[in-house]
Amino acid sequence: MTNYFHSVTLEEEKCRGCTNCIKHCPTEAIRVRKGKATIIKERCIDCGECIRVCPYHAKKAVTDPFSVMSEYHFKIALPAPTLYGQFGQEFSRERILRGLLGFGFDWVFEVARAAEIVSDATRQIIKTDNVKKPVISSACPAVVRLIQVRFPNLIKNLLKIESPMEVAARIAKHTISKEKNIPSNKIGVFFISPCAAKVTSVKAPYEKKESFVSGVFSMKDIHIKLLEKMKNIPQDYDCDLVSSGAYGVGWAGSGGECNALETSRSLAVHGIHNVIDIFEEIVEDRLNDVDFVEALSCTEGCLGGPLTVVNPFVARTNLKWQIGNAKKNGFSYENTAADYQDLLWTKDMEYKPILKLDDNMMKAMMKMQKLEEINDGLPGLDCGACGSPRCRSLAEDIVRGLAFETDCIFKLREKVSDLADQMKALEHIYKPKTED
Amino acid sequence: MSSIIKKEYDIPANDFSLAGEASSNVRKLLTQLGVNPTIIKRTSIAMYEAELNVVIHGNGGKARVEIFEDKIEIFVFDEGPGIEDIELAMKEGYSTAPDSIREMGFGAGMGLSNIKRNSDKFVLESEPNKGTRVYITIYLY
Ligand SMILES: Nc1ncnc2c1ncn2[C@@H]1O[C@H](COP(=O)(O)OP(=O)(O)O)[C@@H](O)[C@H]1O
Ligand code: SF4
Ligand SMILES: [Mg+2]
Repeated sequence: MTNYFHSVTLEEEKCRGCTNCIKHCPTEAIRVRKGKATIIKERCIDCGECIRVCPYHAKKAVTDPFSVMSEYHFKIALPAPTLYGQFGQEFSRERILRGLLGFGFDWVFEVARAAEIVSDATRQIIKTDNVKKPVISSACPAVVRLIQVRFPNLIKNLLKIESPMEVAARIAKHTISKEKNIPSNKIGVFFISPCAAKVTSVKAPYEKKESFVSGVFSMKDIHIKLLEKMKNIPQDYDCDLVSSGAYGVGWAGSGGECNALETSRSLAVHGIHNVIDIFEEIVEDRLNDVDFVEALSCTEGCLGGPLTVVNPFVARTNLKWQIGNAKKNGFSYENTAADYQDLLWTKDMEYKPILKLDDNMMKAMMKMQKLEEINDGLPGLDCGACGSPRCRSLAEDIVRGLAFETDCIFKLREKVSDLADQMKALEHIYKPKTED
Repeated sequence: MSSIIKKEYDIPANDFSLAGEASSNVRKLLTQLGVNPTIIKRTSIAMYEAELNVVIHGNGGKARVEIFEDKIEIFVFDEGPGIEDIELAMKEGYSTAPDSIREMGFGAGMGLSNIKRNSDKFVLESEPNKGTRVYITIYLY
């Protein structure tokens, strides 16, 4: 796998070269060139904002096809807790989990359960003094990548514990391998994902060499089929696939991870642009009284993931009901992380300075000077017609050698009118002598 | 030696929603230059505090930032009420901010000492009824 695998990709035929995606991208990773959008791979954090805003559905998240399941002897589904918010009250968690078996899985292991283990480890970690506060959740891979490319000072604040998805994959594999005596490489674990960022974190992990997850399926792709399969399962169906308590289920929505920590010294932020605002406050030491920050790229958290089907606010109501039910069962405290050492990241994250104008600081300064000069000459409308998100980003693209001043339609107009003037002047000089 | 990059920012009076805009802009600029993240952090904290003081105490003013080959110079000034006893103002915890501002989470009296701690050179000049001028120098290496 290359360093820059991305789940978010462009379907060129569908792209009309409008300015919606370039305007919304939180890392300014998209440009429109020659009438089509292009993604700057180094900058993309797979947040999926562009998937949401593209009116032509030209941006999509690449997930795995169901056929990858056939490579494994024993197949396990790992549904993100977000899945529980995708259905109304007639669909209990038991029905949903049993329904998943209908896709050919041999077992289902709830990621929500792993989330409770991660929460327990987090509770222990924030009590210790040797971590940088506020500790920032690493559950959302888009947010982790954002930190990697834009907030180097916050790398040390990141919770260096594997995500619930990875923990779930590991436990599920281990359990089956031991119980059924099947070699690990014959066991396939498949994450049912609300987003592109999770796909990327499986294909190109930042926290370790290789992911435990064998494949990632889109929540959107299974939605209708799952509904059909659930119809044949009685409403009061009971099964032992349920293993998570209310806290784990709650992780799907914004505030869920904070809730599970049982501390008032926590903050939950959602929506990538809001996350950026909060991170700026942390960088400047302006966020006090907080030990833990839950930061989720999508509005309403994973319930608003780009691969979900249901409106996130509706999903939140659905989830509330599921949480209420989980409370009745009272599982929460079973899922603890007695020893979290083996859940720690095995690779440290490196800062990727994508915004840097040049490796040499002196050269970068000269480029910056030039950038400011060019920017001063641009109209300041941020219209996006040049294909860069703002006038300033066009100036930046020009000093990087990736664009021309005449990509700005106003500059082009000036130039054309200058040329016309010059031609008029020439016409005067070369005017053929008329007889009179 | 003259500076390579020069920027000027207006700091409006009493508008907390805009306080921090200048320092945030400077942070982005330094990131694009590839300045060491720790130095960026020191710069933006120092500048933010100076900016905030102009908003809260100084009735608005300006910030001038100059970047040289080897250092950043920040000059933040206002024509507000000024500071009567500079030594006292520098003391950690000393603040004349009214309760209303403290309720918003500002005015802990740590600003000036924070600026001093984060800068390599720090000069504070002030005259009652004339205004306040803060000079901050931070070396790039
Ligand atoms: N620009 C300024 N104009 C007038 N007074 C100021 C200015 N900056 C600081 N001061 C005075 O110095 C005191 C201490 O400043 P500082 O350490 O930043 O604490 P704080 O801003 O929290 O009060 C302020 O309460 C105020 O009386
Ligand atoms: S908030 Fe959740 S759904 Fe959205 S990108 Fe992050 S992990 Fe994926
Ligand atoms: Mg202050």
